[in-house]
Amino acid sequence: MESLSLTSIGLGLIIIGVGIGIGRTAGSAMEAMGRQPEISSKIQTAMIIAAALIEGVALFAIVVAMMKG
Amino acid sequence: MRQILQVFLFSLVLSVCQYTLAEDSSNKHEKEFDPLEMISHHISDSHDWHIISYTNKADEHVNISMPLPVILLHNGKLHFFMSSEFEHGNAIVQKGDAYFKLYHNKIYLTNANGDLEFDAENHPKNEHPFDLSITRNVGSMWLSVILILFLFISAAKKYKGEPQTPKGLQSIIEPLVLFVRDDIALSQIDKHKIDKFLPYLLTVFFFIWINNLIGLIPIFPGGSNLTGNISVTMLLALITLFITNVNGNKGYWKHIFWMPGIPVPIRAFLAIIEFIGIFTKPFALMIRLMANITAGHIIILSLFSLIFVLKSVVIAPVSILMGLMMFMLELLVAALQAYIFTLLSALFIGMAVQEDEH
Repeated sequence: MESLSLTSIGLGLIIIGVGIGIGRTAGSAMEAMGRQPEISSKIQTAMIIAAALIEGVALFAIVVAMMKG
Repeated sequence: MRQILQVFLFSLVLSVCQYTLAEDSSNKHEKEFDPLEMISHHISDSHDWHIISYTNKADEHVNISMPLPVILLHNGKLHFFMSSEFEHGNAIVQKGDAYFKLYHNKIYLTNANGDLEFDAENHPKNEHPFDLSITRNVGSMWLSVILILFLFISAAKKYKGEPQTPKGLQSIIEPLVLFVRDDIALSQIDKHKIDKFLPYLLTVFFFIWINNLIGLIPIFPGGSNLTGNISVTMLLALITLFITNVNGNKGYWKHIFWMPGIPVPIRAFLAIIEFIGIFTKPFALMIRLMANITAGHIIILSLFSLIFVLKSVVIAPVSILMGLMMFMLELLVAALQAYIFTLLSALFIGMAVQEDEH
């Protein structure tokens, strides 16, 4: 039970971090789209790639947490 | 000819269903509802295709499911039988001098009494035979392959002869194919090289998308968690790894093992990181698809479990409304994950085949 709660806290922390990361990425991308609507499709692609790579960190954390129990 | 074939296929499917629908009723009424067991049953693979289960008037639990073929390789011998012989884990199947028992969707070798030995963590210690069965996920994958072949071959036929305005199925398929070509492949891979990689990218995009959507159908032929199965996503990621590294040019390998333009000690250090990076990129692809789809299934099932856990009618509208919203979100996620998998595959391939500019 001890280790389970610790992994849960760790997962929570990582999700906060990833949430901030993806939130900032999306926020900045939207700002950029507002400034330059003509290249918004390029910005969107770059944003999705960046968000997917940040999300990867959270997924690694989930896998480690699953392996821990 | 085609209609005859269709009628034949349909009647074949019907007759198979009729002959093999296994009804299994047992008198275990008032069984406590266990959401964890229900959810893990739904998201994992199984040896029979569950259709419906209910409690009849005589208070018996009726479980209707379609049995699937079990193929086992044990001591160099191939055993072939239907999964209905297991009677949902209640019976021991004897083939030759080997006894097989189904326990929590896994097949174990046992003695004649079907005894399982458990270790400290309550996992059976018995050996597994080599399992090559047509499981629910395999069946679901074949269904999706038939669907994809039907959709695309019938759309492709219209491109023969004189070019004309797209109509019918063609007008749905064509924009999607063009989307994959222009927005995914062309944005990441050099223009004169995409012809080689476009078939793979299109296949992986539509395979993932259609399987995600089939997984969201709550009734019989759908609902299996195929793209949330780690072996399926691992194979897809391995194909991307293979294509990326087989087609990698000199510049790609140079950037991995001897990065130009930086001091030598850091080059050696970077080589290790970049080498690990070859494998972590497809690994992230594998985990991302699996985790996203499985998480979606778990969330929807948990929302519906709430009704049965709290045993209240009041919670039902809330739960159904939230479930509906999750379904809408999952429709978006189904397309988004297919898009991300294809986009990142295209990105990795594009990096590997890119011509050196400096």
